[in-house]
Amino acid sequence: MRTLTKPGSKLYWVVLTATLILFTAAFLLPLVWVLLGAFKPPAELAQQPPTILPQTWEPDAYVNAWNYMNLGRFFLNTFVVAIGAWAVQMAVIVPAAYALSKLRPIFGNVIMGLMLATLMLPSTAVLVPVYLTLTDLDLLNNPAGIWLPAAANALNVYLLKRFFDQIPEELLEAARIDGANTWTTLTRIVLPISRPILAVVSIFAVVAAWKDFIWPLLVFPDPAKQTLSVALQRFAPDTPINLLLAGLVLASLPMVALFLAFQRHILAGLTAGGVKG
Amino acid sequence: MRRHVTAYGFLSAALVVFAVFSWWPIVRGVVLSFQQVNFVTSPDWVGWENFERLFADPLFVVAWRNTAYFTVLALLIGFGVPFVTAVVLNELRHAKGYFRLLVYLPVMLPPVVTALLWKWFYDPGPGLFNSVLRGLGLPTGQWLDSSSTSMISLVLVITWANMGSATLIYLAALQTIPGDLYEAADLDGAGLLKKIWHVTIPQTKFVILMLLLLQVVATMQIFTEPFVMTGGGPEESTVTVLLLLYRYAFYYNDFGTASALSLILFAVLGVFSFLYLKITRKADA
Repeated sequence: MRTLTKPGSKLYWVVLTATLILFTAAFLLPLVWVLLGAFKPPAELAQQPPTILPQTWEPDAYVNAWNYMNLGRFFLNTFVVAIGAWAVQMAVIVPAAYALSKLRPIFGNVIMGLMLATLMLPSTAVLVPVYLTLTDLDLLNNPAGIWLPAAANALNVYLLKRFFDQIPEELLEAARIDGANTWTTLTRIVLPISRPILAVVSIFAVVAAWKDFIWPLLVFPDPAKQTLSVALQRFAPDTPINLLLAGLVLASLPMVALFLAFQRHILAGLTAGGVKG
Repeated sequence: MRRHVTAYGFLSAALVVFAVFSWWPIVRGVVLSFQQVNFVTSPDWVGWENFERLFADPLFVVAWRNTAYFTVLALLIGFGVPFVTAVVLNELRHAKGYFRLLVYLPVMLPPVVTALLWKWFYDPGPGLFNSVLRGLGLPTGQWLDSSSTSMISLVLVITWANMGSATLIYLAALQTIPGDLYEAADLDGAGLLKKIWHVTIPQTKFVILMLLLLQVVATMQIFTEPFVMTGGGPEESTVTVLLLLYRYAFYYNDFGTASALSLILFAVLGVFSFLYLKITRKADA
């Protein structure tokens, strides 16, 4: 595909080099700086000008941070929140999207429309009423207080429905003639074909739950139940800076690992599934 | 008939979840705006009192002014940078994977982590930015510690953290531009800027408009970064609408006034959401 400039020109190599340097400086170096910073003792971190490589290595910093902030507990809490949010959302929206796409019940379009209408509504505009509803249902300090509201994800219902719409009727008809009921048609025929879209929706559901801050902040007043984001924010003011940096690195690792493992799905989902991220 | 029963069986869980956590809260939010809630007795109807309280609060104007300022800055920086980045990346035929990986990496970091990291970078003393500026012999900044630079400092964080999504979406849009359009422009003797203005931008204008509106809606709801990095300071220079809403609801336990503020926010954002929907409809057609 031809673009703005001609290949092989001097300008091309200048732009390429400049972009390489800029990108590395802007996106990679700050992260390396933090990674290294965690190994420096607090006195060295306060030094001016700063040291590039740690003069005094504190190899235990990451272990100390883990113990100091009791990160194990918060990792576990965050995993429970994120995996649960994914599982509940899938259990709710997959059958719903299937029903709307293939079973076409009466008023199906009205329901889809009412769901899509919630997309126009910024999630924070219902902050107070959803919080009060969670209080009424006694869901504070309970991961279900995150799982259930997160399951009402209209965009993901829509993405799944749009994918299911493309599955040919004949395929489902054939299954029905073979004696499959509606449920087995969903699990044996529809879901295996829909793996790409299920992967995209799943990854985005997990990432969104892991990154979320405002909802866990409201739902978990009990410090022992909090997620990593909420706990780190609470610890930040009175934690030695090197330990805090180590904690921040540790809290990001699962998402970075997920990104490296599913990079293709994530980037494809970003551009194919519309604008979400 | 049986088909409808089965279908509603499959839909039931979603209907309950949407009703309880989406549809009902919308109605309840409107009702709450005209009530005073105290959790002991049943709520009192108070008419427009919550709105009057808001309008009398000097922070109400400050919060909207800050949010508007933030949105404009975020558009100038956070909107231009990803587009220019995408145009440049689209030209490059080397290290494509590396560029995409790097630009999207910050999107994966939890916003609290990003906010706390940048707070450390912004430290006017030994912080990374001032250290680099000092090393280069340039004047240093007060960043988050001065009310004149606090907001732009937040915009820089948010741009860094989120530009990956926008960049990659633009990049995908740029790749759908037919190459012969550029060839035709070449034949007409158009220069680089002319090609961008007359080919690149018109060909991607739906995506640009869509992301623009989505970004307005997202930036007007900014909460995590000011909450974690500045708490609204210095001198209330980073109190956003959502931060004010949070204060009313969870510091003063005044859920009625907080709901009134969400209703106003909803009305303002509704205009942008409506435009967004119109444009996506048009783009689909």
